[in-house]
Formats: sequence, structure tokens, C-alpha cells
Amino acid sequence: MSFPWANHYEPKQPFMRWLDEKLPLPRLAYNAVGAGYPVPRNLNYFWNFGVLAGAALAIQIVTGIVLAMHYHSDAASAFSSINGTIMRDVNAGWFLRYAHANGASMFFIVVYTHIFRGLYYGSYKAPREMVWLLGVVIFLLMMATAFMGYVLPWGQMSFWGAQVITGFFSAIPGIGETIRVWLLGGYAPDDAALNRFFSLHYLLPFVIAAVIILHIWALHIPGSGNPTGVDVKGEQDTVPFHPYYTAKDGFGLGIFLLLFAALIFFFPDMLGHPDNYIAANPLQTPAHIVPEWYFWPFYAILRSFTSDFILPAKLWGVLAMFGSILLLFFLPWLDSSPIRSNNYRPKARIAFWVLVLDVLILGYCGGSPADPLYVIVAQVCSAYYFLHFLVILPWIARTERPVALPNSITEAVLAGKSGTSPAETALAH
Amino acid sequence: MATVDDVIPEGESPDSVSDPRRRDFLNIAAVAFPATAGAVAVLFPLINQMSPSADVLAESTTTVDLSKIQPGQGVITTFRKQPLFVRNLTPKEVAEANAVPLSELRDPETLEKRTQPGHENWLITLGVCTHLGCIPLGINEGDNRGKFGGYFCPCHGSQYDTAGRIRQGPAPKNLAVPPYKFTSPTAILVG
Repeated sequence: MSFPWANHYEPKQPFMRWLDEKLPLPRLAYNAVGAGYPVPRNLNYFWNFGVLAGAALAIQIVTGIVLAMHYHSDAASAFSSINGTIMRDVNAGWFLRYAHANGASMFFIVVYTHIFRGLYYGSYKAPREMVWLLGVVIFLLMMATAFMGYVLPWGQMSFWGAQVITGFFSAIPGIGETIRVWLLGGYAPDDAALNRFFSLHYLLPFVIAAVIILHIWALHIPGSGNPTGVDVKGEQDTVPFHPYYTAKDGFGLGIFLLLFAALIFFFPDMLGHPDNYIAANPLQTPAHIVPEWYFWPFYAILRSFTSDFILPAKLWGVLAMFGSILLLFFLPWLDSSPIRSNNYRPKARIAFWVLVLDVLILGYCGGSPADPLYVIVAQVCSAYYFLHFLVILPWIARTERPVALPNSITEAVLAGKSGTSPAETALAH
Repeated sequence: MATVDDVIPEGESPDSVSDPRRRDFLNIAAVAFPATAGAVAVLFPLINQMSPSADVLAESTTTVDLSKIQPGQGVITTFRKQPLFVRNLTPKEVAEANAVPLSELRDPETLEKRTQPGHENWLITLGVCTHLGCIPLGINEGDNRGKFGGYFCPCHGSQYDTAGRIRQGPAPKNLAVPPYKFTSPTAILVG
């Protein structure tokens, strides 16, 4: 859908007119991310992160395809094909490998910001529930892809990460062990597992790209949200995506690339684990197995269950970990407040920041050894995580008295209360 | 192509003919049933290819020579690419294991049930923590054997006793005992 005042695509060159009749791809782009897509005029920089996530995926696909030209998915030579051939012998191989490894971190930084943007501004609420649901699907696919990618270097963390993660499935009563053996193609991670992980690691990014198309399609039906959460009321509330937001997103992309380059060139191993520079050894477990940083909060939830209660502790841990993400599928219906933006919800705003803090502490605990202190802190924070979504947020939605909303986006912008900073509003005039 | 099926019987208006009609239902069923069976038949190899292949299954037995393992010592070897713990328990360790009442155990099993008759001192288990698959410490001398003198998993703190039974921590089950038999008093065949 588009608003009635959207610009219309009118090809001027004869070739473009011919193309428009046969295959109207330029028209599609014009209406999706060009001058034909009217967007609220008050978007702040948090609205950059969707485009940045797309850029991060593109970087991962491009670097990944070229790395696959040199990688061996064979348990005997996978480690040396990366740490020997790619890092030392392939022309600029070190750059491609570091770009791909750190690109995954950048992708998650961007996506987590994008998700929390959605949580703060109520982007998951009607009429954009489907956008949110597809987003959670993309997040799950990203996690699967990232996990399988981390196994490919076949270092100690790769191997033991594969062992622990596939071990989750053995928690399923009765058939769990059979499923685990089926997933691995053996009794422990080996050639069979490595090869299928490589195959799926190559496939899933394209599945993600397809779901992103659905995500954007679903977004374009109601149109983009905005920091006030107030619906677009007329032409004065919007500007065309191009050139206004192509420029703003382009600026954000520049900052993203600067940070990315800083990681690749100055701190290429900062976010990785040194143990992964030791080749996989099936007979020696590293003293302290940790996943990559972007899984730490979920790992902390997994480890929080230490005693049996009806079900075995291990099964609770696995259920809670998957539940913490599956919960997000129900968020549009758990938060029944009709007010989208937390700018106008004083209580929900506090709960949001407490949740951010909670997830950060969970992450810290998940990255630390399983000492009793960290486990207790993680237990409290895991409990709070579920409490937030299942009790606190639904309760706030029923009892909160919101602050008065502006009558329109334009009114908010002119009053300097658009959710963007006053300085930015002043610049817009 | 007009067939008999398409002729609307006399006295019925086109609206009263239910859709699909009974003859259509036969056609639908005749096509749908074999098509479903065919789809399942094709799906099965696509799914089953992920199960362990013949070469993986072929490496399914291991022989261990016990003659060099003194009481109190253990060796770590492999069985189906997984670590295998072979431990010669001291009489004290056997006594400790037998002294534990079954009611205290999460996964109640006696040492007798976990070893072979006449060979109660030989504890043969997989070295795979039943929590999430790490290798517990304790098979080598000098390792941290945890509170119960058996095995200690450093990943998430599971503690096993001298019969390899889970006593504390997140692991749900005892260390698995693979199928094995004594081929001579000093050798076993695992698998």
C-alpha cells in the first residue's frame, strides 16, 4: 500500500518505458525504497538499523561466498584451511576472514539495536504485528546460521560448541538421543556434522534474505512507524524515502562501516575466543566453554536451571532458553496498550530500561564461568526476563495512564517533541 | 471435454450441485493418495541420509587391554569417536560406591548393575557428561574428581561418584555404560 499522495513512477527514457511494460523492477524499487514510498518525517537514527541489518547481511553473503572458495569442510583439514591457507596464503584472505567473523558481530549489534528499537517504540503493535513476527523468524534463522558458521573453523570452541548445542536436543525425553545422533550424523561431532553445517550455513543466509523481503513487504502495507507512534494523518506528515532517508541511512551506513573497519583492522580478535585458535580435540574439553558474545544472555538462561522440578533441570534450561525467544512471538498480544511509543508511557519506559539492564547482566553472566555467584545472579535475571514479558508488561498495559499524545506527527515536529532531539528538529527547518 | 460427470441431472439447478461432486471426489482421492505416498517415499531418504552412515557405524567396536591399568588408575580411549573412560577402582572406591543408599541417587543404579559380574572394580563408561556432552575430569591422576571422588565436569559443575553416578549439578543421568564384554580376564570388547 502507499498513501494517496505518494509520488508516481513515470519512466522518461524509451528504454525505461519498455522495461516498465515488460518487467517493472525499477517501479518496484521506486515504490519500495525510492521516492514513491512516503515515510514519516520524524524518524530518528534508530530507524537506520533496518537498512544497516540489510547491509550487514549483504557483507556476510559476499565475504562468505568468497571464503567458501578456499575453505575445506573436512574435519582433518578445516582448521588448517582457515588458519593456514585463508589467513596466510590466500590473497587478502585474512581480510575476508576477519571481515566475515567480525561482520557477524556487527550484524548482531545492529539487529539487537533494531529489536530494542522495536520494543521501545512499540513497533510490534497493530497494524505491524506481522512485521514483528517475521522479524523474530529472521532472528531465529540468524542464530542458527551464526552457530553453524562458528563450528566451521573446527577449533576447540567450534567443536565443543557443537557438542553442547546439539546436546540440547538430547534433553528431549525418550527420543532426544536419537535426534542428536541424527543431527550430527554420528555419535560425536565429526566430518558428517561439519559438512552438513557448512551446507546449511551456505543456504540459510539466502532463506534470511527471502524472509527479509517478506518483512519489508509486510512493513510497506501499513507503512513505517515513527517515534511518536501516532499514525500518519496527511501529506504534511511524510517525506519521500528518497532522497530524505536514503541520505540519512547513508550517513548511518558510513558510521557503521567506520566501526566495522576499526574492528577488522585494529581489534580483529577482540570479540572471538582465543581457544578457537587451538584445533578441535575430541578428547579434551576446554576449561570454560562459552558461545560467541551474542548468545551469552541465552546461555545464561540455559545454565540457570540447576535442580530438577518435575522435569529434569537440563530440559528446563533448554525449554527456558528457546522460550525466551519464542515468547517474542506473543509480544503483540501480551502488551495490550494501544499507545505504541514508550515516549508517552512513563511506566512502560522504566520497565523497558530495566529489561535492557537485565539482558546486559544476563549477557555478562553467560560469558562468565559457572561460579555459584554468577549462577544466582543469572537465575534472578532470567526470572525477571520472563516476568517482564508475562506479568509486568501486561499489567502496565492495563493500569498505566499515558501522557497525552500529539494530535499529529507534524504537530509533534513543530512543537519539537517528535521523539527526535530538539536540535535535530531545529535543523530540519 | 464434456463427460457424463459434467451433465447436471434433471431437476437439479446448477446451484444445488455440491462442489466437489461425488465423482470429482473419486478423482481427487485417486490422485491425492498415490501423490502423498510418493511424496513420503521421496522425503524419507532425504531425511534419513542424515543418520550415521555405514562408515561411521563400521567403527563401532573398540578393544581395550586392561593388563597395564593398576587399581586407582584409569585410561581414556575412544569408542564411536567418543571418549571412553576405563577405570580400575580401588577397594575403597568400590566400598564408597556401595555405601550410598539408592534413595539418595538421581538416577538410581547400583555399582553391581553398572559393572560386570566378578569385575566390580572395572568401571567402563562413556566420558561424556550427560548434561551437554563435555568430557568430565577425573580419569587422569591429579584431576579434580569433585566432591564424590568420581568425575567432575568443568563446564557446568556436574559431580559424579566412584560408580560414575550423577550426584550433584545439572546432569540428569549417570555416565552411560556402553555394551561390552570381557574377551579374556584382561581385555574387553566394547560395542
